[in-house]
Amino acid sequence: MNNTVVELKDITKVFGTVKASDHVTVSFNYGEVHSLLGENGAGKSTLMNVLCGIYQPDSGEIIIRGERATVRSPRDAIGHGVGMIHQHLKLVEDHTVLENMIAGQKGSFFFNKHKLEEEIRALCEHYDIKVDPRTKIKDLSIAEKQRVEILKVLYRGAKILILDEPTAVLTPQETDNLFKIIRKMRADNCTILIITHKLDEVLEISDRITVLRKGKYIDTLINEGLEPRTLTDKMVGKATNLEIVREPVKMGENILEVNDLAVFNHENAHALKDVSFAVKKGEILGVAGVAGSGQKELCESIAGLQKIINGQILFNKENLVGKTPRKIIDMGISMSFVPEDRLGMGLVSSMDITDNVLLKEYNRQHGLFLSRKDAKEQALDLVDKLSIDTPSIDTQVRLLSGGNIQKVLLGREIETQPELIITAYPVRGLDVGSAHKVYDLINAQKKKGVGVIFVGEDLDVLRAFCDRIMVLCDGEVTGIVDADKVSRQDLGYMMAGRHMDEVMTDA
Amino acid sequence: MLSFIVFLHAAIQAGTPLLFATVGEIVTEKVGNLNLGVEGLMLMGAVGGFMAGYKTGSPIIALLAAALTAMVGGWIYAFLTVTLRANQVVTGLSITILGTGISGFLGQSLVGEVLPKSFTNVFREMSIPVLNKIPIIGPVFFEQNLFVYLGFLITILLGIYFNFTRFGLNAKTVGENPYAADANGISVSLYKYIHILLGSALCGLGGAYLSLVYIPAWQENITAGRGWIAVALVIFSMWHPYRAFIGAFVFGGLDIIGFRLQEFNISISQYLIDMLPYFVTILVLIFNSVRKDFNAGPKGLSVSYFREER
Amino acid sequence: MLRISKRAEMRKTHQGLVRLAAIVASLIAMSGWIMVIGHNPIMVYTAMLDGCFGSMYRFLETLKFTIPLSIAALGIMMAFKMKFWNIGGEGQILMGAFAATYFALNFSELPKPMLLLLMMVSAIVMGGLWALIPAIFKVTFGTNETVFTLMLNYIALKYIIYLQYGPWKDPKAFGFPKIPNFTDNAILPKVLNLHVGWIILVIATIILYLVFHYTKLGFEVAVIGESENTARYAGMTVRRVVMKAVFLSGGLCGLVGMIQASAVSNTLTSEISAGIGYDAIIVAWLSNMNPLAVPVVGFLFAILSQGASYIQTAFQIPQSAADIIQGMILIFALSGEFFIKYKISLPERRSKGGQHA
Repeated sequence: MNNTVVELKDITKVFGTVKASDHVTVSFNYGEVHSLLGENGAGKSTLMNVLCGIYQPDSGEIIIRGERATVRSPRDAIGHGVGMIHQHLKLVEDHTVLENMIAGQKGSFFFNKHKLEEEIRALCEHYDIKVDPRTKIKDLSIAEKQRVEILKVLYRGAKILILDEPTAVLTPQETDNLFKIIRKMRADNCTILIITHKLDEVLEISDRITVLRKGKYIDTLINEGLEPRTLTDKMVGKATNLEIVREPVKMGENILEVNDLAVFNHENAHALKDVSFAVKKGEILGVAGVAGSGQKELCESIAGLQKIINGQILFNKENLVGKTPRKIIDMGISMSFVPEDRLGMGLVSSMDITDNVLLKEYNRQHGLFLSRKDAKEQALDLVDKLSIDTPSIDTQVRLLSGGNIQKVLLGREIETQPELIITAYPVRGLDVGSAHKVYDLINAQKKKGVGVIFVGEDLDVLRAFCDRIMVLCDGEVTGIVDADKVSRQDLGYMMAGRHMDEVMTDA
Repeated sequence: MLSFIVFLHAAIQAGTPLLFATVGEIVTEKVGNLNLGVEGLMLMGAVGGFMAGYKTGSPIIALLAAALTAMVGGWIYAFLTVTLRANQVVTGLSITILGTGISGFLGQSLVGEVLPKSFTNVFREMSIPVLNKIPIIGPVFFEQNLFVYLGFLITILLGIYFNFTRFGLNAKTVGENPYAADANGISVSLYKYIHILLGSALCGLGGAYLSLVYIPAWQENITAGRGWIAVALVIFSMWHPYRAFIGAFVFGGLDIIGFRLQEFNISISQYLIDMLPYFVTILVLIFNSVRKDFNAGPKGLSVSYFREER
Repeated sequence: MLRISKRAEMRKTHQGLVRLAAIVASLIAMSGWIMVIGHNPIMVYTAMLDGCFGSMYRFLETLKFTIPLSIAALGIMMAFKMKFWNIGGEGQILMGAFAATYFALNFSELPKPMLLLLMMVSAIVMGGLWALIPAIFKVTFGTNETVFTLMLNYIALKYIIYLQYGPWKDPKAFGFPKIPNFTDNAILPKVLNLHVGWIILVIATIILYLVFHYTKLGFEVAVIGESENTARYAGMTVRRVVMKAVFLSGGLCGLVGMIQASAVSNTLTSEISAGIGYDAIIVAWLSNMNPLAVPVVGFLFAILSQGASYIQTAFQIPQSAADIIQGMILIFALSGEFFIKYKISLPERRSKGGQHA
């Protein structure tokens, strides 16, 4: 009996010179939760973007419910019952939930608000999703926004839903909630495709798992008695030692002390409240928290880019509050923040590596004029030391792959020989090999006695790599714990707001 | 008091071209396109309308011609910014230059010509019964000509369109977040084209008001910078058609205030008074940006949308 | 249906060819239009060139137009590189002229070099300040600079007219509203039969090129133009850089005002800017943010304007034709940019496991 609802046959998609999808053939069934697993650049998003009409494949065909389907736009995809919930939520912040949901829908010329609100409430009930149609999107939490996206797609009659890295922004508890909703949809005979690189979640929720690597299809496995090792071997290609080393280092005194830090965001709400912590020389302090808990504001406060309402930031006993960003850089603090789009916060995408290195050191030069000699040497040095893959030293940075861009970013920061490194999401989206290079870089600094603040998203990495972990939730510190003494669940609770005293039984 | 009402009445007429141009540009900006070519579009509408009116004697044909002529300019802008994804600021400027040139060129033979009597007849003052008896508001708003009433009507319809219809909602979505619109199955390009054309037509009508009713005649540079004030008024009215009313008529008043001040024996040089509308516009701009809830317009404004953005 | 996709990166030589093709295409389109209005394009073009190069006098006139246009374009480029849309060139030119005129009229006894220097400096400062006002509001409150600078154009214009009819009206002009002519001390000298402005242009071009490529300010401007966030993360005080650069931008335009008032009109009139502020925007845009290209593009543009003026009498083609031509060239140039950034391809035929060509 053929249970196949969607078949992707021989899909190829090329971007410039990169084969993002290379002759991929895979099929999906009715009423299943099917995960697409793979590292960064494996081609998972590309493949799904083809299915939902955002990308046009260069060759291959899509067969939906047994018939050849042309999907030239998201509109076509919805017509076939395929809806995608992207990592970057596609919602209009200033509009209400209702307005977001009915945008693009066919219907009466004048829309009847009350009737539509009723319809949406009914849908919410059916899938046990709690959302008020009249709320403006900007007033919702990320998890709630995600639910709106799911509702939107269900409202349009989608029976094949694609979720792109849905748990990246959720706490473990919100993830459980999401999985509940997914199971409800599966019970309704929907097909849910999840793009992810998180192994344990894949094992928890999937019926079947398809592994992709470097744009190619590797295998589809049934999730019964599967060993994580099997999956990672297929993801990576050969058995690699995934272990991250925590360097034991004799730590010195506090290089940074933060006391009662309070900061407003641009909506005049507290982005940080009474934050206090310290970092020792040679210590790696991890920072965990759901996206938007104040990590960015914390980093920017220390770097001098954020106005501080109250509190002190003591660096080698000197208060940083009120100093200009330039002065703080000169004092020996380096900050690198990798935002979701990777560019635009530390690097100038249209400039080459030399100019980007210049960005940090240009001000040390005296006078009006600029010499690129030193920067060029440093650039060549970086490319060599970190094996940065670039066609030439003059190539624009935006043409490099994600991993290489992040290597440039971190490498450049380290070149300035700081005493305190603040790095946020440095391994975001990197493959295992590149990520390890980054860990090695940071460990090397640790051995030199540099203090490191490491803001990360992967709780396992934080637990393995950092010495201590500070958890932020809604701008407050819910706990500072030793990394080797805390479990994922405990971190999850703290990320969701419970204070560590309640959570840690043997603190 | 009477002379005050007369002043307000005149302000409505002076403000009508601004009203058309402002709501026209609001329509364009709602879908995320900043069109600095308003001045050029108004001029094209003015010359197109006048030419058609002069040759055919029919006000309806004149209005249609004005709208269509301006839509040609609007189409060029749309093609450049939507299909070719060109820089919106520079494209808008080139439309202004082109529009100024084309209108000057076409209008050469029309200088000094007079419209047929049918126009003065059709666009004479017509009272709206009952409404015109309301104290102050009545004589000011409801004893105007058809063109002015057309302006009122269009503004109200646009307000309804954007707030209560599906198409209006879709259009706003396109302007706020084209990626969201696309993901919802809304054709971003189609909505942009249609609204840019519609907006341009309205700007053209604004220009036509000058050549067909207000002056009426064709002169080179008949718009005298009104198009630029309209661009500022869009910000002033925070992209709401209803608020454009207020802005247009306040500025209409400023435009003609020079004469009135002299009547009241306030002797300020005419030229300094001429500066007033521009000066006030600047104040409006500053005021708008200082407010706490600073509204910078649709979030997708002046962003060129391309689906395969990687 | 055609498919549009982003291009990786086009080689510089190819880019140049595409831009050239755009200009050629616009010339062809113009020829078509010229034929429609009943003239022979070849004759019209020849006449235009004749109007620019036909005699030494005409050639110098063309250069006289190139100078202010190019210097202003250099100024505009400084602001545009930071994505600060300075549409206020007109007003900055006028206000620069105003400042220079003040000194010319009231300090005419000063020795020539000193007076001229004073006029130049005051023009630069005044033009710079006129541009600085919107800049301050932009960096402090985020006020839209496009409309602000534009409004200042009109205010400057009205102010000059006010001066012309009022406080600075020449009593010796038989009631005609005009400002007195400058004394000889206030008039720029000539070098090689052309006023010194051309030397100023050369210097300004070189300076701007050096600034962009070899100074800190130029580097900062380029970074801010790309991303304000990145600039701040690098420790830059964005506000200060923006204000410095915009001041320079306005200053260069102000200098143009001084040059025009001193060397060309020998007085201050409201006609001094004559659309140069807007034309300069086009020149800056077409020069693709490269200072060295500005004098060349400016010269070509001057040929266009000068030629259009000339054929006005010869062929009865009105002045507005120049606007049409300029508009069309700009439109074609903008269209050309599309082919540099994107490529068009035919949709792939979907075959079973077909090879991608």
